[in-house]
Amino acid sequence: MFDFLEGYDLLGAFWVTVQLTVYSALGSLIWGTLLAGMKVSPVPLMRGFATTYVNVVRNIPLTVVIVFSSLGLYQTLSISLGASASKDINFRLAVLALIAYTSAFVCEALRSGINTVPVGQAEAARALGLSFSQVLRLVVLPQAFRAVVNPLSNVLIALTKNTTVASAIGVAEASYLMKGMIEAEAQLIPISAVFAFGFIVLTLPTGLILGWVSKKVAVKR
Amino acid sequence: MTSVLYDAQGPRAKQRNILYTVLFVLCAAVVVWWVYDGLAEKHQLDWIKWKPFFTSSQPWETYIWPGLQNTLKAAFFALIIALPLGALFGIGRLSDHRWMRMPAGAVVEFFRAIPVLILMIVANAVYSEYTNISADVRPLYAVVTGLVLYNASVLAEIVRAGINSLPQGQTDAAKAIGMRKGQTMVFVLLPQAVTAMLPAIVSQLVVIVKDTALGGAVMTFPELLASVRPMSANYGANTIACFTVVAVIFVAVNFALTSFASWLERWLRRTKKGTGAAAGAGPGGGQETIGAPALVVDDGRAA
Repeated sequence: MFDFLEGYDLLGAFWVTVQLTVYSALGSLIWGTLLAGMKVSPVPLMRGFATTYVNVVRNIPLTVVIVFSSLGLYQTLSISLGASASKDINFRLAVLALIAYTSAFVCEALRSGINTVPVGQAEAARALGLSFSQVLRLVVLPQAFRAVVNPLSNVLIALTKNTTVASAIGVAEASYLMKGMIEAEAQLIPISAVFAFGFIVLTLPTGLILGWVSKKVAVKR
Repeated sequence: MTSVLYDAQGPRAKQRNILYTVLFVLCAAVVVWWVYDGLAEKHQLDWIKWKPFFTSSQPWETYIWPGLQNTLKAAFFALIIALPLGALFGIGRLSDHRWMRMPAGAVVEFFRAIPVLILMIVANAVYSEYTNISADVRPLYAVVTGLVLYNASVLAEIVRAGINSLPQGQTDAAKAIGMRKGQTMVFVLLPQAVTAMLPAIVSQLVVIVKDTALGGAVMTFPELLASVRPMSANYGANTIACFTVVAVIFVAVNFALTSFASWLERWLRRTKKGTGAAAGAGPGGGQETIGAPALVVDDGRAA
């Protein structure tokens, strides 16, 4: 039944997908948090910068960002991010592009979480005489973090699926292998089914688990 | 400016802000200088590389406009086909009959969990294997098919959320005057849900436009992004200039759509056309809800 899989490193390809996802998720969480911090900061210039960044990046196709990282950064400006083998260069460039792109969505997710906290909460906290850091630490952020789980899990699922775009610059992840297999084997339907199943295995549990977590920790208002 | 996070600022906070601003400007200046230096060193900023875009209509007529036409064509077809399909599956998921709900739900969840790129590649292979669509239009078919399969399932969720956002009283009132289920859906619920869904649908169009670029990068669909390679080859390796122009066009198109979506949302809230219900992701398209609309449709992808 599945003898067409022989000679192909299916798990290896999905492992590259997982690696891309994990590195990009960590990176975009850091950069996205910084952006969100700028976006809600009292400094107008930082707010402007973060808003512009998010608006521009959100409206550019990820494909353009990823292809640019290879054609523009590497082939034109010879930026290789400290890698020497072309496999590593492409992988790192793809991670960089995914981070730059996904951060905009992480920023929006975090900001929407902060926005769910009613201003009255902070006012009440200040009325009790709590200091600025206490207001944030004890009242605002705990509520914001709870509201953020759901949007962030959507970003994570989107990111998992977006890693396939890295095949456009030759990163050997799942969709890259699938394209090669479809061209080489006369087994279109089984091959498609296997790869579809692979992505369902990656995305569905993430969605279900994080959906459950977000319901569990949601602030009842 | 009050926010949850900070109070109205006094003199000391204002001074601190100025300090932060200065530091930020310095950091930004360092980054900008580093980028400029890198570009100048590779001669990417020379006027000769940017000249074609400003002095002649040739790059626009030969490369950019045909590419943009293909991008918009694919997006338009995808939306036109995906909307009715999405409505069908969205209503199917709301059915009282288990035999309708279950398959509709399964199909929607299945296509939302799979990357659009995979759908496009499979569609392309299916067309080349089982149909006799000629090779030069096959990429367009494949791109549109992939977009339709994915976006129909996202739109199905938007439709479902839009109908669910209507007050229960609407259904009750329809029942009270003796309407059947089908009549209730067609004459009462759908017309009102459509207004609630409009902003989310426009936002989804941004996602569709962005996804067409996949066809250019991974298949041989000659859309806007695909015009970069021949263009930069023709004008003496002005890769950075070409990418800048293409990115600006994408941003302009999508920003117009995004702005239109948020304007639509405000306008629908202001006018008494809807029931005050709003469905779907807020302005910005697709993935996250921005602000807190009455309902959340997550589409779990933004490519």
